[in-house]
Amino acid sequence: MRASTIGYTLCILLALAVPALGIYPVFAMQLMCFAMFACAFNLLLGFSGMLSFGHAAYFGFASYVTSWLIMAHRWDTVESIVTGTVAAGLLGLVVGAIAIRRQGIYFAMITLALGQLVYFVCLQAPFTGGENGIQGVPRGSLLGLVSLRPDVHMYYFVLVIFVAVFLFIRRIVHSPYGYVLKAIRENEPRAISLGYHVDRYKLLAFVLSATIAGLAGSLKAMTLGLSTLSDVNAGTSGEVILMTLLGGTGTFFGPVLGAGIVTSLQQYLSGVVGDWVTAIIGAIFVACVMLFRRGIIGEVLAWQQRRQAGRAAAQQPVGRA
Amino acid sequence: MTEIFGYPLPVILGQLMLGLVNGSFYAMLSLGLAVIFGLLGVVNFAHGALYMLGAYAAYVGLNLLGINYWFALLLSPLAVGALGIVLERLLLRHLYKLDPLYGLLLTFGLALMAEGVMSNHYGSSGQSYPVPGALQGVFNLGFMILPIYRAWVIVASLVVCFTTWFVIERTRLGSTLRAATENPKLVQAFGINVPIIVMATYGAGVGLAAFAGVLSAPLIQITPLMGSSLVIVVFAVVVIGGMGSIFGSIVSGLVLGMVEGLTKVVYPEASNVVVFLIMALVLMWRPAGLFGRT
Repeated sequence: MRASTIGYTLCILLALAVPALGIYPVFAMQLMCFAMFACAFNLLLGFSGMLSFGHAAYFGFASYVTSWLIMAHRWDTVESIVTGTVAAGLLGLVVGAIAIRRQGIYFAMITLALGQLVYFVCLQAPFTGGENGIQGVPRGSLLGLVSLRPDVHMYYFVLVIFVAVFLFIRRIVHSPYGYVLKAIRENEPRAISLGYHVDRYKLLAFVLSATIAGLAGSLKAMTLGLSTLSDVNAGTSGEVILMTLLGGTGTFFGPVLGAGIVTSLQQYLSGVVGDWVTAIIGAIFVACVMLFRRGIIGEVLAWQQRRQAGRAAAQQPVGRA
Repeated sequence: MTEIFGYPLPVILGQLMLGLVNGSFYAMLSLGLAVIFGLLGVVNFAHGALYMLGAYAAYVGLNLLGINYWFALLLSPLAVGALGIVLERLLLRHLYKLDPLYGLLLTFGLALMAEGVMSNHYGSSGQSYPVPGALQGVFNLGFMILPIYRAWVIVASLVVCFTTWFVIERTRLGSTLRAATENPKLVQAFGINVPIIVMATYGAGVGLAAFAGVLSAPLIQITPLMGSSLVIVVFAVVVIGGMGSIFGSIVSGLVLGMVEGLTKVVYPEASNVVVFLIMALVLMWRPAGLFGRT
């Protein structure tokens, strides 16, 4: 536990120092948006056991709504972000209500299909700009007080939200509600027989996850000043799964690490190997599933546990029953 | 001119025919998915990518080796089936005891790899494949014009689908297969090598996808991503029909293809999404799918 406290302190210090260290703030912001997206996804897969294969729908839809409100209606930045986030939550409510009627593999296929439905709607709806997307979205200001145009201002804005969301997810998972979710993940029929309204718990988890994914999408739109079809397509849904799986499903920091690795890989590999990025992402997927299903953080935690168990066994005095 | 609800009849029939052609592909692909899922418990996300590889195998065979369409129709499924068997032995086999979600994730990764490699090699622009000589031209039915090749696709797919259904539901081999689905240990105790059956089933299911790929080659542009959005529609078809039902996947594939065709007449903007909307409705009404059992 102490090691993780030190780890988080170091992460916060590093995050605070990013602009001073000469790390490109836009890249750091993009990374945090995807990390938030992956944390939202992990809330669903890792802590509730539901694999959504269409999570880009909420990320991308919120991104479109936010950009559109600012561009077409000159809304304020914070209002647009909040509205985009709420829109994603409502979309999650509709999709979740349909998808939770089936479990496991069917749930994955249904969310994938409904995600594709949202993609086609975004492709054809008049407000999304079709193939071009919405470009040149101004960042505006924070409630008219601080301009978000400078990257450093925007960076700290995103950082504060990211940390808040991270703590919020921890809070949910450790709450009585989070324990019920885990019970449903482990044994749904048993949770039902204990008298829990399983569907309500699952739907709430789905809506929460979609809402946070939407917040991540809205912030990403603000960071880069654009919303495109790639935010909402099945490829992005796949990427967020990979981030979570690679970092460690069901761990708190895993999705953040996974998002960091995948985003950096895409950023730097595309300069080095060009079109091979897709194939490499696919290969990482295969390696993850075949070799380390717990993900990086998950494997580290398992290794620690084994070591502690070994030490405890060694300290056990011989002959004491 | 005859009209139905204000839409000219030839337009409706034309779109129905196109829809039936698309439906033939849905039927063949969802059939393969259902067979694989039935025995392996794996949702084969790579199905679209293997369909794409089947089409490319035909293209490469024609242009590099001079293999004509008819041999490609035989050889491409064999080649892709062999690839499938290698994948099953090397990778998929190790996941049977785990949560089925891992099989989905693995095959998703494999699909990305296949699409990535092919995009590098052929770029994202399409390749075209000529319609074989014997199937060129059109039938003039009087009320509409039917290209011979499209008629051939419908017939070929119906024959393949019916044969698969017959083999699984009406033959000794099929009853062994179904028994192995129900209780693999017991079947193994009777001296039947279940792992080999599982391997062969994956090979056959994947070969079916490649067969569909070759059939589609003269109809569309062959691109590395031709299977990636198709597989999502096919997933929806499988959810509508009820996974594990062979008959259900064939019928829902064909019917949904035609529904999509009719949507193109009535409200073209919705033709991309109508299958997904129907899926949502079916889930609200019958969560197990139209032909499925819970």
